[in-house]
Amino acid sequence: MTRHTLSVLVENKPGVLTRVSALFARRAFNIHSLAVGPTEHPEISRITVVVDVESNPLEQVTKQLNKLVNVLKIVELAPNASVQRELVLVKVRADDASRTAVLQVVELFRAHVVDVTAEAVTVEATGGENKLQALLTALEPYGIREIVQSGTVAIARGGRSMTDRALERITRTA
Amino acid sequence: MAKVPHPAPPRSQPPRTPALHPAPDTHRGAVAGEAMSGAAAVVRALEAVGVEVIFGIPGGAILPVYDPLFDSTKLRHILVRHEQGAGHAASGYAHATGRVGVCMVTSGPGATNLVTALADAHMDSIPMVAITGQVAASMIGKDAFQEADIVGITMPITKHSFLVTDADEIPARIAEAFHIASTGRPGPVLVDIAKSAMQADTRFVWPTELDIPGYHPITKPHIKQVREAARLLATARRPVLYVGGGAIRGNASAELLALTNLSGAPVVTTLMARGALPDSHPQNLGMPGMHGTVAAVGALQKADLVVALGARFDDRVTGRLDSFAPGATIVHADIDPAEISKNRFADVPIVGDLKDVLADLAAELEREHGQHGLPDLQGWWSTLDELRNTYPLGWAPTDDGLLAPQYVISRIGELSPPDTIYVAGVGQHQMWAAQFIRYEHPRTWLNSGGLGTMGYCVPAAMGAKAGEPGKTVWAIDGDGSFQMTNQELATCAIEGFPIKVAVINNSSLGMVRQWQTLFYESRYSHTDLNTGHESRRIPDFVKLAEAYGCVGLRCENVKDVDATIKKAQEIDDRPVVVDFVVSRDAMVWPMVASGVSNDNIQYARGISPAFDRDE
Repeated sequence: MTRHTLSVLVENKPGVLTRVSALFARRAFNIHSLAVGPTEHPEISRITVVVDVESNPLEQVTKQLNKLVNVLKIVELAPNASVQRELVLVKVRADDASRTAVLQVVELFRAHVVDVTAEAVTVEATGGENKLQALLTALEPYGIREIVQSGTVAIARGGRSMTDRALERITRTA
Repeated sequence: MAKVPHPAPPRSQPPRTPALHPAPDTHRGAVAGEAMSGAAAVVRALEAVGVEVIFGIPGGAILPVYDPLFDSTKLRHILVRHEQGAGHAASGYAHATGRVGVCMVTSGPGATNLVTALADAHMDSIPMVAITGQVAASMIGKDAFQEADIVGITMPITKHSFLVTDADEIPARIAEAFHIASTGRPGPVLVDIAKSAMQADTRFVWPTELDIPGYHPITKPHIKQVREAARLLATARRPVLYVGGGAIRGNASAELLALTNLSGAPVVTTLMARGALPDSHPQNLGMPGMHGTVAAVGALQKADLVVALGARFDDRVTGRLDSFAPGATIVHADIDPAEISKNRFADVPIVGDLKDVLADLAAELEREHGQHGLPDLQGWWSTLDELRNTYPLGWAPTDDGLLAPQYVISRIGELSPPDTIYVAGVGQHQMWAAQFIRYEHPRTWLNSGGLGTMGYCVPAAMGAKAGEPGKTVWAIDGDGSFQMTNQELATCAIEGFPIKVAVINNSSLGMVRQWQTLFYESRYSHTDLNTGHESRRIPDFVKLAEAYGCVGLRCENVKDVDATIKKAQEIDDRPVVVDFVVSRDAMVWPMVASGVSNDNIQYARGISPAFDRDE
């Protein structure tokens, strides 16, 4: 099994995420992470899916995705040719005794504290999967109370835009 | 009056033409149309897109549409008895005519009753549009009376679906639905319309352009790939053209015939492709697969080149996949890119409309022949002819004195006009009908291939007759399949669809019984239906036919078979049901057991041709 990151441009319509995720579910592909959000074009949303799967079945599911009427474009983003980021919010126990140490870790990872109380801090960090995993490992000894993590978002390196061609189509038919 | 024209395609257009012709001087949505209700807009849109026949049943949530439908002079509505019947009828209509089949039902149970028919049409790539009523928009998601999330339920079994809650969207969504259903790889599209949208006021504006930015089927094949395919076909020593249902859906029979003649290669026509090439053509080896001919199965197994044309390497054709056509290079042409290399790796993939693919391929092949001469297929043909002559399709006489089902079906085929449309249910009778009727024309063989839906036969035959009223329609059904949807006989009798139903009555779920005989030590667990000889005859199919306003006939003796068929042919003022009481021990042969290599095909029980041993 290898990890693949797919960027899927879809029409911003109800039910599209269901159609996309159902295709993965039907074939028992485990979605490692999923992120959906708007793009620079109001009619287009972008789904980033990270899946662990062999190349052949992935090609098959990509073709199936392409058959979905609401799917505009699919690109697989290779890790070395793209920037991939996740966001994590983590609530760590931090009282007077441990706060300094926790803040040092936060500093080391170029993370931010976004909320503080007497017994805990909430840390926000972005980065690749490895960096965030390292941050969580470093914070672990102090007592992690809660973690929430976003799916990976990814964008290809270089000047070309993935939305360009999909946009052309939309303006042509509008 | 409407200011916007309602451009409708001619009624008999093949499915590959777009549903719309854009009017050049208007902009989408820029012209205010005629004021009407959303419900009236549904009817107007169906008229505009060229619909002639709708199969359906009214109910609460679709009721607003049925009111303007009552006044439509262009739409003929056929009131069926069960929504599944509406779905299969639309499917049968579409299959027989090539036009989009339409069904319309209410929300909740009406819509869920359509599920089987939608799944069936999806598997067999049938162009179909289903209009379902939905509860009012404000009630959606609140467990309202007769509410079901039919868009959610049918997502994996439709080509696409829409939920419409805004009356203004109705014409555009219906136009898109017809376009999507009928272009590319055809399939069923569901349009779920909230009752509130039907009741709202709107202005009818027929779209001049379709807004489907993510939908662009590839129809023109890549010439480089076609050239490579032609090169392989010109040089292969043991080529086979493996033709699937795409040849029928793509109206490619003429082009297929041309390529067949040009290439000199043997052709196998799958269950979905029977009739794509005439059975009388000397290069047609018949059906491959689980119950295919020895010659067709053997040809694929021994081939050095398999050219798959609108076929999808279904498990019923390939048997055990890793031993299917082991020595063959694969050329795979299909309009659906997702079919290429799905089951078997394609050495030469060709994506495109089969009509274009075949025409291009023939042109390139001719060029190859011109340069390199005709390939010598004599050795290949002598091998195949030997298989064909040694192992023809046939059957053993019955031991119990009852009719041989294969004989009955053969005689129906022989005594019917050549353009007769045959429709089958699912089971043994379906296989025998595929084997023993000689199909000379496309769209004369309708059956549920992919999903294997018992109960398909009677409603699909009704749909076929609605679409082709001038042709004889024989429904070859089994006693099990028949009992699943025979209520549509009432529809046939009342609406004037004089179909002929041959119930091949072996008093059991015959195919299941055959598997019990072969694989479960003849332990006949729950396969006895008590409809046949020396049974309680519940129901009595003759009485049942009569109760439904049909003519009921029974035939139990070989000498009566021809006379009974002829009698049924002569009746044209109402449907006929013939109860052919046949032996329950007849089995479908040849057979490749499920999950077994095609090399182990059995010609009859215990008899294997072992064609892998020679050469």
